[in-house]
Amino acid sequence: MSSDQLQRLKPGQSPHEPEKATLEGKNKFLGFWFFLGGETVLFASLFGTYLALNGPESNTSGPGPAELFGLELVFIMTVILLTSSLTSVYAIYHMKNLDFGKMQLWLGITVALGLTFLGLEIYEFYEYVMHEDHTFTSDAFGSAFYALVGFHGGHVLFGLLWIVTLMVRNSKRGLNLYNAPKFYIASLYWHFIDVVWVFIFTVVYLMGKLGG
Amino acid sequence: MKGWMGKSRVLFLFGIMLLTLTGCGLPNLTALEPKGEGADVIYDLMMLSVIIMVVVGVIVMALYFFVLIRYRQKEDNQDYIPKQTEGNKFLELLWTVVPILLLIVLAVPTVQKTFMLADTTPAEEDKEDAVTIEVTGKQYWWHYNYNGLEVQASQDLYIPTGERVYLKLAASDVIHSFWVPSISGKMDTNPGTGNVNEMWINAYEEGVYYGKCAELCGPSHSLMSFKVVAVSPEEFDQWVEEMKNVNPDATPESESAQAGKELFNSKGCIACHAIGSSPAAAGPNLTNFGSRVKIAGILDNNKQNLIDWLQHPEEIKPGNKMTGKYGNTDADNPLTSEEAEQLSDYLLQLNPTEITPEDAEAQ
Amino acid sequence: MSTATAQKKGFGATLWDYLTTVDHKKIAILYLVAGGIFFLAGGLEAMLIRIQLAVPDNDFVSAGLYNQLITMHGTTMIFLAAMPLIFALMNIAVPLQIGARDVAFPFLNSLGFWLFFFGGVLLNVSWFTGGAPDAGWTAYAPLSTTSPGHGVDYYVMGLQISGAGTLIGGINFLVTIVNMRAPGMTYMRMPLFTWTAFVTSVLILFAFPALTVGLFLMMFDRMFGANFFDPQMGGNHVIWEHLFWIFGHPEVYILVLPIFGLFSDIISTFSKKRLFGYSAMVFAVVLIGFLGFMVWAHHMFTTGLGPVANSIFAIATMAIAVPTGIKIFNWIFTMWGGSIRMTTPMLWTVAFIPSFTLGGFGGVMLAAAAADYQYHDTYFVVAHFHYVIVGGVVFGVFAGLHYWWPKFFGTMLSEKLGKLAFWPFFIGFHLTFFIQHFLGLMGMPRRYWKFLPNQDLDLGNLVSTIGAFLMAIGAVIFLINVIVTSVKGEKVSGDPWDGRTLEWSIPSPPPFYNFTQTPLVRGLDPLWIEKRQGNGKMTPAEPLGDIHMPNNSFIPFVMSLGLFIAGFGFIYQVDDKNWLIVGIAGMLITLGSMFVRSVKDDLGYHIHKEDLEKGAGSE
Repeated sequence: MSSDQLQRLKPGQSPHEPEKATLEGKNKFLGFWFFLGGETVLFASLFGTYLALNGPESNTSGPGPAELFGLELVFIMTVILLTSSLTSVYAIYHMKNLDFGKMQLWLGITVALGLTFLGLEIYEFYEYVMHEDHTFTSDAFGSAFYALVGFHGGHVLFGLLWIVTLMVRNSKRGLNLYNAPKFYIASLYWHFIDVVWVFIFTVVYLMGKLGG
Repeated sequence: MKGWMGKSRVLFLFGIMLLTLTGCGLPNLTALEPKGEGADVIYDLMMLSVIIMVVVGVIVMALYFFVLIRYRQKEDNQDYIPKQTEGNKFLELLWTVVPILLLIVLAVPTVQKTFMLADTTPAEEDKEDAVTIEVTGKQYWWHYNYNGLEVQASQDLYIPTGERVYLKLAASDVIHSFWVPSISGKMDTNPGTGNVNEMWINAYEEGVYYGKCAELCGPSHSLMSFKVVAVSPEEFDQWVEEMKNVNPDATPESESAQAGKELFNSKGCIACHAIGSSPAAAGPNLTNFGSRVKIAGILDNNKQNLIDWLQHPEEIKPGNKMTGKYGNTDADNPLTSEEAEQLSDYLLQLNPTEITPEDAEAQ
Repeated sequence: MSTATAQKKGFGATLWDYLTTVDHKKIAILYLVAGGIFFLAGGLEAMLIRIQLAVPDNDFVSAGLYNQLITMHGTTMIFLAAMPLIFALMNIAVPLQIGARDVAFPFLNSLGFWLFFFGGVLLNVSWFTGGAPDAGWTAYAPLSTTSPGHGVDYYVMGLQISGAGTLIGGINFLVTIVNMRAPGMTYMRMPLFTWTAFVTSVLILFAFPALTVGLFLMMFDRMFGANFFDPQMGGNHVIWEHLFWIFGHPEVYILVLPIFGLFSDIISTFSKKRLFGYSAMVFAVVLIGFLGFMVWAHHMFTTGLGPVANSIFAIATMAIAVPTGIKIFNWIFTMWGGSIRMTTPMLWTVAFIPSFTLGGFGGVMLAAAAADYQYHDTYFVVAHFHYVIVGGVVFGVFAGLHYWWPKFFGTMLSEKLGKLAFWPFFIGFHLTFFIQHFLGLMGMPRRYWKFLPNQDLDLGNLVSTIGAFLMAIGAVIFLINVIVTSVKGEKVSGDPWDGRTLEWSIPSPPPFYNFTQTPLVRGLDPLWIEKRQGNGKMTPAEPLGDIHMPNNSFIPFVMSLGLFIAGFGFIYQVDDKNWLIVGIAGMLITLGSMFVRSVKDDLGYHIHKEDLEKGAGSE
């Protein structure tokens, strides 16, 4: 049965949910959900730390949240990342229809959007560090900001590397029961990153801007 | 079966014997002989919980030993298959509800007393008659700033008896914890200005009470002892007056002490150690050093101990901030014996108050 | 693949086999050996502590070394001894108890072990490179962030790496228990050990990430100039306390819940009775797990959170006593009316009940926030948590090892030596720790390098030290038992204890594929049911067929080694930025291994039906 897993799946064939057709796939699926549960606690801890350290008493040098953040750039970043989540939904939709080509296309778009997001984030950090005296070591607020947003950025980078690896590795052999779960959980990961960003946008940027 | 009971009984008797031998600990140190309101309140709560626990414990142990003795497999009946009971609704409900009731009995006074011990409102309102002291924990000593009284002191904390004295607790380096077991429970001293804690202590009678640091703070954590000197309110007022009016520049009587005073200034001791009511406290305030209960918190207050301490601070209190600070290049013997002796003579005659720990102890 | 056959294979082949194995039973043995060695190291540290405290004003060890000893004793015992030993038991028993051929992710199982192992080794390397961590196992900032040298850096990196391994292990068991149960093994038919392993894994999943974040923040503060815990720069050290205890309190239940499950199985087996109040027991475990997340601040009653927070956490903590009490009563009533066989596992279990009850009493007393102002950070607390962790977890590990030794190695530990080890350990344990309750109340704070003379603390401390030596004697007798048993190598049957659950329906040690045919489960205590109905063995749920098995892999070892190397790089880049190269190189090894794992197909292999028939059960 195991080598059957490498057989190429074509549109119109069954199964409809190739990611859950094997026990390995089911395990991956469930295990990854559990992993995201742990990741939630990880980010919750970082959010908690940030909320404890974003007040004026922690902002001993450099500008505070209200002065620092510009909502325009962050809004664009948010739109881009949300869109990439949507495009990854399309990719998985095509995976369920066993249409490998379209899945790759939509994953490609997702990656492109993700890269744009990451580029903008690097630009944002660059501006803060170079022109705003807001660095990781300047004060506790700086440390908390870069830890939270940087952790998210690191997740985006890892997600991109992961999706690209999957796309390149399987470009020749197409979709099969062995790699379908891998694509599926990579997309789950991507959605998770997206959800975390929504919270970052709200808690860090919106509340930072309005709260100040 | 016999072995079980026999061994347990021996163990039990042995335990009781040990407890009688060790007793309740040293008076003025142990939490088991409360000498202050806080410790008293806590002791009552402790006893309530012990009583509840003993009642539960007796029931559990009675069942436990009964079961173990009664239902051991019999030699002649090894094939006996017991009835496979699934459970018993009534019993299970019973041992769910009864513990809940017992815990409520404990929870109510717990909450009540937690709020009572945290009630430091009089200190915030700056009531004139309430003594409020800023306590700062430092590696490895304690500093006290008597709010509104212009008195600074270190190590020995003088308080009036019979009233609640309010403490504002902070630390200058790492977390310490202020604990005087026979008078009150402990509270952490946090570094920084954002986490200042408040508590009160109230000693019933005059005396010298043991205080200890209860939060790991470095190598000499176990040596960060201090004393609370509780004196009558009148004596306390007198002590405050005497401390306030100390002349830091008073010339000592003996020649050796005068030389010591020179050293104190020339070696730069004075940069960290205030004498008088200056609030600077990089090192312990030495205004009433001569009447300290202990030197460095741990050694009996006599000249030889002081000389040892001055010459070998690292051996006596590892990691303390005096090590290597005398401006002398000879690391093993930074002060000459003569210098140490002169300094000791100077420090030990710093005894400006009539109110001393001996008074408190004599009561 | 018993030890006997392994020896025939030659040392190199055996070593390679263990370095690459993904078999849960071999990984259990790896956890057992590594955890056992760390347990001895932690025990040695404990002995040095007790020697130092035998007499007042002692100078047996220096103050600096003493703080390293207490830090490493606590850290080692919790993370490097108790956790892996629990994992050893979970690995050997959970797949067998649910009728599975392996865990859900055999590869990750191996990865989890090697991460733990390299993290533990990294932590202990600090002894030889200028000093171990010295800020206590709780590593409170700012003491930890300002501690000179690299000791605390090793703490941060070592725990980060081994913590990742634990998290992976937790997820693995969750999926295994949800997805891999044999036909008929419904949730409410699972042995209680499997149930507790499940709840423990949930706790690991939700508790460890808080530690991960805490350790990251501390790493950033110490090694990269961040200011999370530095009040001068606007930081707040209380954040560390929260993060540490949000992890740290569930950690206590992570350790003790599987032991509850194990004791439930043992009591049931050796009383020849079904567990009394099974569903209440399951409910109690879940409730303890849930409440375990609501009580972390009871470790911080003196931090200054205020009376409202203290009261809430006090009440939540007291609430845990209720499900725990339910368990104690259910155990006693399982024995009620039974036919109790006092075997070594049962002896440890029976000793556990009063010991843990005392620990629980201490727990309720500590929960009373106001009273905790006296107990906090004194030997009362030391006494309490040793009653819970030694009286619970260590007793449990001893019980579990005696109980499942046949499944680990196919041999039985000597009952005679087992009981001989028990008595000194048990008596020594109570001698060491009971008196410490009183030492605490008599004014002895914990983590005291020396206590001063003339404070009436001498006798209690001396008694405690004598007790510690008795415990050491017990541990040595246990080791002798292990050696004697291995040398004798007498094989036992698959079911030496007259067991009730599935692990006893297969040979000892089990073949590497566990079950030739997946069993059909017809109720709680499935093997007992079949025995009572005269079948004596499980009915298969499937015809004899090919068995799919995972391939061995060396990648987990390399992946963990990469992080181990990177750890040194991060620690020493503080002194010299060139070390960053080592850090990056290590990370590249790890990421490269992940890449290889991701790109290389690993489909496993099949054992053919014919081969199974030939060597059925013996291998």
